[in-house]
Amino acid sequence: MTQSVVVQVGQCGNQVGCRFWDLALREHAHVNKRGLYDEALSSFFRNVDPRKSGGGACYVGGRIQHLKARAVLIDMEEGVVHGILQGPLREVFDSAQLLTDVSGSGNNWAVGNLTYGSAYRDSIVNKLRKAAEHCDCLQCFFLIHSMGGGTGSGLGTRVLSLLEEEFPDVCRIVTAMYPSAEDDVITSPYNSVLAMRELTEHADCVLPVENQSLVDIVNKISLMSHNAKPGCVLKKESTVTSGQGGVSPTERPFDAMNNIVANLLLNITSSSRFEGSLNMDLNEIAMNLVPFPRLHYLVPSLTPLYTLADVNIPTRRLDQMFSDAFSKEHQLIRADPKHSLYLACALMVRGNVQVSDLRRNIERLRPSLPFVSWNQEGWKTGLCSVPPVGHTHSLLALANNTCVKPTFMELRERFTKLYKKKAHLHHYLHIDGMEQSAFSESLSSLSALIEEYHHLDATKARLIPDAPRLSIAR
Amino acid sequence: MSVVTVQLGQCGNQVGQELFDVICSDARDVHRKTYSTVSCERFFRETTQGDLEARAVLIDMEPKVINHSMSKAAKSGRWRYGETSHFSQKQGSGNNWANGYCVHGPRHRDAVEELMRREVEHCDMLAGFIPIMSVAGGTGSGVGTFVTQCLRDIYPSSFVLNHLTWPYGTGEVIVQNYNSVLTLAHLYQLSDAILVHENDIVHKICSQLLKIKQISFSDINRVIAHQLGGVLQPTLTPASCGAYSRHPVGIDWQVCPPPASAGRSRSLSAGSFNTSLANLLILRGKDVYSAETGGFEDSAIYTSWLPPDEALSLWKSPVPFNKYEKSATLVSNSQALLRPLDDMVRKAWNMFASRAYIHQYVKFGISEEDFLDSFTSLEQVISSYSELQ
Repeated sequence: MTQSVVVQVGQCGNQVGCRFWDLALREHAHVNKRGLYDEALSSFFRNVDPRKSGGGACYVGGRIQHLKARAVLIDMEEGVVHGILQGPLREVFDSAQLLTDVSGSGNNWAVGNLTYGSAYRDSIVNKLRKAAEHCDCLQCFFLIHSMGGGTGSGLGTRVLSLLEEEFPDVCRIVTAMYPSAEDDVITSPYNSVLAMRELTEHADCVLPVENQSLVDIVNKISLMSHNAKPGCVLKKESTVTSGQGGVSPTERPFDAMNNIVANLLLNITSSSRFEGSLNMDLNEIAMNLVPFPRLHYLVPSLTPLYTLADVNIPTRRLDQMFSDAFSKEHQLIRADPKHSLYLACALMVRGNVQVSDLRRNIERLRPSLPFVSWNQEGWKTGLCSVPPVGHTHSLLALANNTCVKPTFMELRERFTKLYKKKAHLHHYLHIDGMEQSAFSESLSSLSALIEEYHHLDATKARLIPDAPRLSIAR
Repeated sequence: MSVVTVQLGQCGNQVGQELFDVICSDARDVHRKTYSTVSCERFFRETTQGDLEARAVLIDMEPKVINHSMSKAAKSGRWRYGETSHFSQKQGSGNNWANGYCVHGPRHRDAVEELMRREVEHCDMLAGFIPIMSVAGGTGSGVGTFVTQCLRDIYPSSFVLNHLTWPYGTGEVIVQNYNSVLTLAHLYQLSDAILVHENDIVHKICSQLLKIKQISFSDINRVIAHQLGGVLQPTLTPASCGAYSRHPVGIDWQVCPPPASAGRSRSLSAGSFNTSLANLLILRGKDVYSAETGGFEDSAIYTSWLPPDEALSLWKSPVPFNKYEKSATLVSNSQALLRPLDDMVRKAWNMFASRAYIHQYVKFGISEEDFLDSFTSLEQVISSYSELQ
């Protein structure tokens, strides 16, 4: 069994991370009835007995003493991390896992990446090493940060390149929160594009999440739960936005949105934690969904968003769950995959679902989904027998689809609008180590990426014949 | 004579466990003592306490499936796996044949060979090995190919019969066609015989013949185990003179077409009859001695350069198999696999033409040249089978 380490950077990264740990504890408490520290728990938590010598590490199989998250928390302001340490999750983190400063990055990627990146390089590497050493077999780093600010975006991407340098064989999956067009941070396009270059070059997979999509999902659920019609009452703890049953007693403003992202992470790791008839390990995700090294942006889509409380209503049909996964309302970025081109698609199913259900739905949905010519049956499937809390089954779809192109083009446009006027550039350029070339190179990187997607898109309309086969001499 | 089964990867370990279950309950449920003894001797060994332990080596690069199979076996109460007969690591092969074949295989070679040796030592007489694996993933396919090569090197006089499960055509693993092509090209040179089950076909059996509504992988694996058991359980062959044949598989599959074939290339779609090179028909249960099998000797079924009486083997066992009063199993070396094989190569080739995913394989040590070699091998196989007439 393998372990993963979560590295949460910046305000957004830490808020999402915090929700993740809360929900992870809830999920394991739900499944782990005997209080034993099992393999599943050990994938994200250490078990520590303070009475034991030598750090007190406990092996798998014993009773749960104190669970400590396999995490590194980094923020250049103190507010969020201190909030976590004063909250109900304080026991889950060791002070050695934290790195904070006081002044923040002023929404400036260069401050995060270069100033703090250099100042704290050794400290960060030490903390990462420590976390890795506690792992028997470290498989993956999950990095969580936003793109639009200064710390998450700048320092987060610096951490990403440190991870590649220090742990080249460990998979790097980044959950990146992209700002909406209406974002109130004026320089967010700069920060995002500068960060994107790093993601393209150093990440194995990126799960882009757009704030606006999260807002839409929260509103949708809100509407459902205020709908007093009989048969429409939601099971409160089953919503993908709910933190109920977790450690934290009250929900704070962004909690609902952050819970969605936390659920994404729980689902993506479910098959490597729990048993199933068709396991899907984390290293299989990159292998199957990334046909070309830079095209590693995967559109996540989660269903169901909630389950209905009324037991007289038959359980939402399984097939509906599959259809929903391909509807725009369940995606975590605003894009239109059905009208773009699928390069590959993974379906991670949890709960009481069998292979025939999977086959039936793939056959049903396949005709309406355009796949690239050389990957007509490009499905990667996984069946995990343990469902999420409050559900009998769930589905996470990860699509490598050219529909990310418009999202990136929009980002590039917002960047260019500012860059043409050299607006706010001086804030960046006066940072030690920051050159104007960083801007132009990041822009080129983004354009090259868009071009690659564009190239593939162009094949969509054309009927590509089979490649001529090798002819064998008789 | 004994057979050592090697279960590789998730599929291999899941199918293997069902296979031993079928064989054990078939062997034990029967009133024919000789059949039972031969079967148990072939697939199990008895511990000092009288328990049956499977003659099996379980290999996987991650532990969950092996743990599950071992505990499922133990729960049956009738048989179990040896406590130390397994090898696993912490992290799987990531669906990457190159990771399995170039990295995991060599890295763990010594440990695996040691396990094999110990199992072989428990056999009074070793007939051979049956590696069970899928072709779609990384461990079964990659490590499985590597292990097959090791078996070949170390035990040159024992047979190696590979049982392969082919994935659903509509995809379980995106790079399944690459993994399959690499596996088949290598096994062709290494294996004595390759027995194939396709998930699509077995799925149809479950839905259309068995009328199972919600088909699970357990159902699929049980059908495979039943069919495989039907092939491997003891039988009386013409050569075994009234006793159960000592070899579970005794056909000489190594046939070569006569040279100087004069312009006989046939296209796949020529609506041709499925021509056979050789067929093995196994009858079990009631009325085996009076069954009419003439149809199987019809020369129209066979390629023109093999006489039917050489091409057809007929084995019988009066003992009913797995609670079926009468059952028949047909193992066929024919053009039946031509279409699926060609489809697999076509899809893999299309993907290769765009070089998609190749960087994932190169990372672990397989080059584009290696891919080309494998494609060439398989095109030759396809060509040879297409030309059968």
